[in-house]
Amino acid sequence: MTSHIDELVDFDVALEKYDPVLGFEVHVELNTKTKMFSAAPNVFGDTPNTNVTPVCLGLPGVLPVVNKTAVEYAIMIGLALNCKIAERCGFARKNYFYPDTPKNFQTSQYDDPIAYDGWIDIELEDGEVFRVEIERAHMEEDAGKLTHMGGSTGRIQGADYSLVDYNRSGVPLVEIVTKTIEGAGKRAPELAKAYVAAIREIVKALDVSDAKMERGNVRCDANVSLMLKGAEKFGTRTETKNVNSLRAVEHAVRFEIERHAAVLNSGAAIVQETRHWHEDTRTTTSGRPKSDADDYRYFPEPDLVPVVTTLEWIEELRSRLPEPPAERRKRLQADWGYSDAEFRDVVNAGITEQIEETIAAGTTAAVARKWWMGEIARLANAADKDVIDLGVTPATIVELNSLIEAKKINDKIARQVLEYVVGGEGTPSEIVEKRSLAVVNDDSALGAAVDDAIAAMPDVVEKIKAGKMAAIGALMGPVMKATRGQADAGRVRELVLEKLGLAG
Amino acid sequence: MNEIIRLSATELAAKLRAGEITSVAAVQAHLDRIAEVDGGEHGVHAFLHVNTEEALAVAAEVDAIRAAGGAEAEALHPFAGVPIAIKDLIVTKGQPTTAASKMLEGWMSPYDATVIEKIRAAKLPMLGKTNLDEFAMGSSTEHSAYGATRNPWDLNRIPGGSGGGSAAAVAAFEAPLALGTDTGGSIRQPGAVTGTVGVKPTYGGVSRYGAIAMASSLDQIGPVTRTVLDSAYLHELIGGHDAADSTSLNEPVPALIAAAETGASGDMTGVRVGVIKELQGEGYEAGVQARFDESLEALRAAGAEIVEVSCPNFKYALGAYYLISTSEVSSNLAKFDGVRFGTRVLPTEGPLTIERVMGATRAAGFGEEVKRRIILGTYALSAGYYDAYYGSAQKVRTLIQRDFEAAFEHADVLISPTCPTVAFELGSKVDDPLAMYLNDIATIPANMAGIPGITIPGGLSEGLPVGIQFLAPAREDARLYRAGAALEKLLEDKWGGRLLDQAPELSAATGGVA
Repeated sequence: MTSHIDELVDFDVALEKYDPVLGFEVHVELNTKTKMFSAAPNVFGDTPNTNVTPVCLGLPGVLPVVNKTAVEYAIMIGLALNCKIAERCGFARKNYFYPDTPKNFQTSQYDDPIAYDGWIDIELEDGEVFRVEIERAHMEEDAGKLTHMGGSTGRIQGADYSLVDYNRSGVPLVEIVTKTIEGAGKRAPELAKAYVAAIREIVKALDVSDAKMERGNVRCDANVSLMLKGAEKFGTRTETKNVNSLRAVEHAVRFEIERHAAVLNSGAAIVQETRHWHEDTRTTTSGRPKSDADDYRYFPEPDLVPVVTTLEWIEELRSRLPEPPAERRKRLQADWGYSDAEFRDVVNAGITEQIEETIAAGTTAAVARKWWMGEIARLANAADKDVIDLGVTPATIVELNSLIEAKKINDKIARQVLEYVVGGEGTPSEIVEKRSLAVVNDDSALGAAVDDAIAAMPDVVEKIKAGKMAAIGALMGPVMKATRGQADAGRVRELVLEKLGLAG
Repeated sequence: MNEIIRLSATELAAKLRAGEITSVAAVQAHLDRIAEVDGGEHGVHAFLHVNTEEALAVAAEVDAIRAAGGAEAEALHPFAGVPIAIKDLIVTKGQPTTAASKMLEGWMSPYDATVIEKIRAAKLPMLGKTNLDEFAMGSSTEHSAYGATRNPWDLNRIPGGSGGGSAAAVAAFEAPLALGTDTGGSIRQPGAVTGTVGVKPTYGGVSRYGAIAMASSLDQIGPVTRTVLDSAYLHELIGGHDAADSTSLNEPVPALIAAAETGASGDMTGVRVGVIKELQGEGYEAGVQARFDESLEALRAAGAEIVEVSCPNFKYALGAYYLISTSEVSSNLAKFDGVRFGTRVLPTEGPLTIERVMGATRAAGFGEEVKRRIILGTYALSAGYYDAYYGSAQKVRTLIQRDFEAAFEHADVLISPTCPTVAFELGSKVDDPLAMYLNDIATIPANMAGIPGITIPGGLSEGLPVGIQFLAPAREDARLYRAGAALEKLLEDKWGGRLLDQAPELSAATGGVA
């Protein structure tokens, strides 16, 4: 049985004693038009059990046919991960009984994956590059989606009944498996997040997946084990399943390291098992025991013939690959004129694309960075969300910026408007209109406020007249107060100078 | 007996085209025959479902098209209007498909098998679905969940299996044509013991889409008829590439009708016929061996060059077959779990979990032979045993293929008795699986190698039919029809008619022998 450890070992303390060893299995759902082995549409979010054919329902008599586009996408992923592509590979049946698997076997690849022996360089936050080796990327089909009704946990245990949606049954998957990753040390959680982010970035750039983690397009199983520093033998691993956001990957790896250390320090042994990740408590709980003796009775799928890849085909697919993300980043940094530190922050925040799109939509690189790395990041942090999950689009920023440039709002109000956008109140223009947030640059009202301030603060006026322009700031407070913050600071300054006969 | 039902399909088709009889009359004659001999305590029991209304409707449609004449009539398939029976392992819209299992009792397929689409397009009225050993596992049709089929030659004997229903229906003149499936001999062995013709095409020659899989790498759909020429017509109709079956050959169907017509001259000059040393002698009944030797003599007299070939690895074929086929069975039959279709059985006590519902369903839904093979296959694929069992069996498969390759260097076709004995008595082997399995000793090698085979009537032993099997290299199905039609002609000349003319008359009502 699982050892129940209430106390965790502090992360840094754990890392003084143990070296973490990682491994990842990332499932990528491909965005092909049809499923892996049937002509049923591959569409997310439709009415349950409508995107099905006899084949993906596993009815008696049906036979699978391989989706050629899915094979091409798998090869492209393999090439992007610097893998070798098999000249010839086959499918195998993984046999197990479960109601989300209509045939009670999953058609997958076993000992001859389409892509193998690759690598990917992961850039960490401080710019250090960590090479993760890829063992294999293989093709398989997704299972249906089970929803367990009744019970408190949403899991099958304790449920009254379960609903199954076979729309997802047979959706093409590529599973990317890393080799064992050693040497990450206390950067293990960070590396985990960066690795999954990189995979997501690649499959999105290849346009072979919608790559939305919240929809399960990219799903990560994270393997963690600890070994005493200096030891030669790996510790027992646990596999935390379906960790479905970048932050969760980071947190899950960190949690498992702290938990493993506590179990090991107590003298108990780690149980080899799958773990479930709970986003709400940021903990994992025991799933089912998993051992190398799990017997899926793999054997070659007799209903399919081997996939044969020719050199011409592979080269044609290679020519379709987009610019590799690392090279692309180099180019973007030069284009945008960001310093190394600035650019790294952008990459680590996972918002390269948002900035690129924002610039393409009509702002300067500096403005794009200011917003995404500044106020949006702050709001995301406050909401405990990933920046890209906040609901702010490049169009939001362009609109906000044009409102500022037109002097309709000032920077301070723009930040407020952004908060309302995140709160779901509408577009920046709608919010400014609805909440009457447009700045006061009507000179008569503003002029009156400036006059009042000049009259109230003769000593400040003297300083300004004596050439201490910084003293203008002291007049700003009362003016802003009088206009409820909706004054345009630049215009206020112009009016002060004008009224004191110092303009121009 | 109504003379219509004694016609071969080719003869019946000619009369339909000539307007001498209508398709409705032909279908009705067969429906009457089914009503006469199939039911009752001692009936043949070839059919699990009789498709009366649809068969008559299709027949009437064909008659109307013929009566109207013109381009549509011209475009009709030569066999349009000729009725056919379908092994109940092949899915059909509008008719139940049970695989002779309780597991699929009452199940209606929402789609047609590819071969059924072709039969519909050619407008052959479907008479109904024929009995089989459950999920095609057996050699006697006694493993049907709906009762055994009886051999029309002797109602106390088995009609072979698994396709005993299709063979008995054709032998009892309940249908001129039928479809079967052959995984280890399920078309040819029933053909042999009922005195009919059955063909297992080259693997991939006929689409398997819609044939409920027993062992995917071995299964083939093929024709069951009373003459070689009829099989050639049916084979050309159902054969050809199908994009829905990845293992189907992407090439045109060979000219089988022409080959059968060539063979019908009886001339075998220049054809090298290889006698497989390992498929005769010990274990083969004297009467079977005698008919086989006479066939060789007839072929030699007709100009064939008879050579002996050796296939030393055939001695491993049966063992390897029962590892590969059961392994595939264990996986193919996993889908029958009560979750999405077919029978669902709830456990009578204890908690109602999905595992327990699956377990109760499979315990109640499958018969003993099916369970035996699922357990055997599950074991053979298990970690630690895979290499020794499944892995070794695949190596044997390669060796068998090499034996055939070597043999076909010396012979154009190979020949053997189709099975070692004549039909045995109902119940005599049902409790002895190994004895039952030995019935397929001569038919299994063809499935293991993916090559085509045909059985034709070779005469009688103690009043019961003996089958002669020809085998040809993969994709050379035409050679089977050439040699098969020739031997058929030579033997029928000797007998003065078809072997089935010697079959006892079945009586009305009780279905008993008159």
